[in-house]
Amino acid sequence: MSRETVVNLILAVLLLAVPLLANAVGQPFYITLATRIAILALAATGLNLALGLGGLVSFGHAAFFGIGGYAAGILATHGFSGDPLIFGLSGTNLMPVIWLVAAVTAGLAGLAIGAISLRTSGVYFIMITLAFAQMVYYFAVSWPAYGGEDGLSILVRNQFPGVNSMRPLSFFLICYVVLLVSIGLFALIRASRFGSALQAARQNPVRVATVGIRPFRIRLTAFAISAMMTGLAGALFADLNRFVSPSMLSWHMSGELIVLIILGGTGRLFGPLAGAALYVIIEYALGGITERWQFFLGLILLGVVLFARGGLLGFVTGKARHG
Amino acid sequence: MLLEVNDIATYYGSSQALFGVDLALDEGEVLALMGRNGMGKSTTIRSICNLNPPKSGTINFAGTSTSRQPAFRIARWGIGLVPEGRRCFAALTVYENLIAAARPGRWTLERVNELFPRLSERRNQLSQTLSGGEQQMLAIGRALMTNPRLLILDEATEGLAPVIRQDIWRAIRALKSDGLSILLVDKTLSELLPVADRCVILENGRSVWSGEPASIDDAVKDRYLGI
Repeated sequence: MSRETVVNLILAVLLLAVPLLANAVGQPFYITLATRIAILALAATGLNLALGLGGLVSFGHAAFFGIGGYAAGILATHGFSGDPLIFGLSGTNLMPVIWLVAAVTAGLAGLAIGAISLRTSGVYFIMITLAFAQMVYYFAVSWPAYGGEDGLSILVRNQFPGVNSMRPLSFFLICYVVLLVSIGLFALIRASRFGSALQAARQNPVRVATVGIRPFRIRLTAFAISAMMTGLAGALFADLNRFVSPSMLSWHMSGELIVLIILGGTGRLFGPLAGAALYVIIEYALGGITERWQFFLGLILLGVVLFARGGLLGFVTGKARHG
Repeated sequence: MLLEVNDIATYYGSSQALFGVDLALDEGEVLALMGRNGMGKSTTIRSICNLNPPKSGTINFAGTSTSRQPAFRIARWGIGLVPEGRRCFAALTVYENLIAAARPGRWTLERVNELFPRLSERRNQLSQTLSGGEQQMLAIGRALMTNPRLLILDEATEGLAPVIRQDIWRAIRALKSDGLSILLVDKTLSELLPVADRCVILENGRSVWSGEPASIDDAVKDRYLGI
């Protein structure tokens, strides 16, 4: 077993152990903290597919995160009020249905945004993805039907068949399983022919064309899958807070997701989880001391970029595989 | 004809590199593209793969014009390029390099490993950690995995140890006897000429001589190859 596998296992076990322990000693706050870590890790795992494997620095993944969140919020609102949504279809409070809608909607948005953005590269790609995310953001702000700037409350957390999702620990376990399944999916994609081609295209798009691979096509596919995962995370995030607002769509959120990946280790299987854990812990620990905690987060990020290019996981497990 | 290049002129920006190159290659044939450094051999190859599309002249592959086709489609039609400087995907393993390029056909992972047993030993190693010779084997293997109808080798043995060169030449001869069409650029005439069916010599971006390897006498060598 490689050192990275051991560290990954420890991370996965720790993330499960902390909420179980917190539940046993009656400290539900820490369960919520762990749930937040799991959901942010899921969102960042989605972005990691585009950024880590494909080298696509998307500065607009908040759009997919927010679309997933709004999908959950809107479906739940209609489910609660009984008003039909569109085409006579009603809302729902069933998580699996909501997840499907969130992932598919985010994936379609990813296809549309990717189809245009992926014709550019470098700084233009960053700017175009940002521009699309801002468009979605301002659309949500100016959409009074679903709360506009004030956001949208989910009165009762959505249901998962056979589980009482209102219990913090149960909801955490749902998020935990979804996260692990997604990380498994990420591993499968990375090891597949598609994953190899995606990584090869990151390293040299011209050379990849000379072996008959069309970089645009595989990048677009990766971008859409990436958007789906981040959208799914958005739906869970909405359920965690029982609240959706345009802030989920803001460019801060996009930046946060990139920061998580860089903190944890770009392209690494458990990089997003390591990054999300570090981020949430710093936010909690420093946030209790000073309101200016982000200043210190900035210092840490600077340290990682300068001295630990492989992120936290690279620092702990050594040799970066990423090229 | 599998490949027909007629009077192509290619530019890098505003400076012209090719002034009229003609060559033709039949199915199953090995064509040696020769000439001193800087005469346009690599540019000709880049033109054929449409990495640097020619401004004038025509290129036909299997009867279809390659004009305005993106590089990836030309590769799918069956032109497999082993670029100069054995450029593998550095951060991928040997196995990943090979499967990334794979297209269905006679060439499979097993056959590539048979041709280059070293690659199967290094299967899970990052390609950037391979020796120069192994990287070259990987570059050839990767091109074969696309199941090309025409394999283009640009300086495939340059800068390699003599023992490794022998391995590469052995592989090239095996590919030839397997019936694969090959376009070869190489400086080692003693190895190149016996394997080639025909030769084309470039000078200053023009094809100036073509014929069978046997008719390359000292006068031709002296005039065009500077030996």
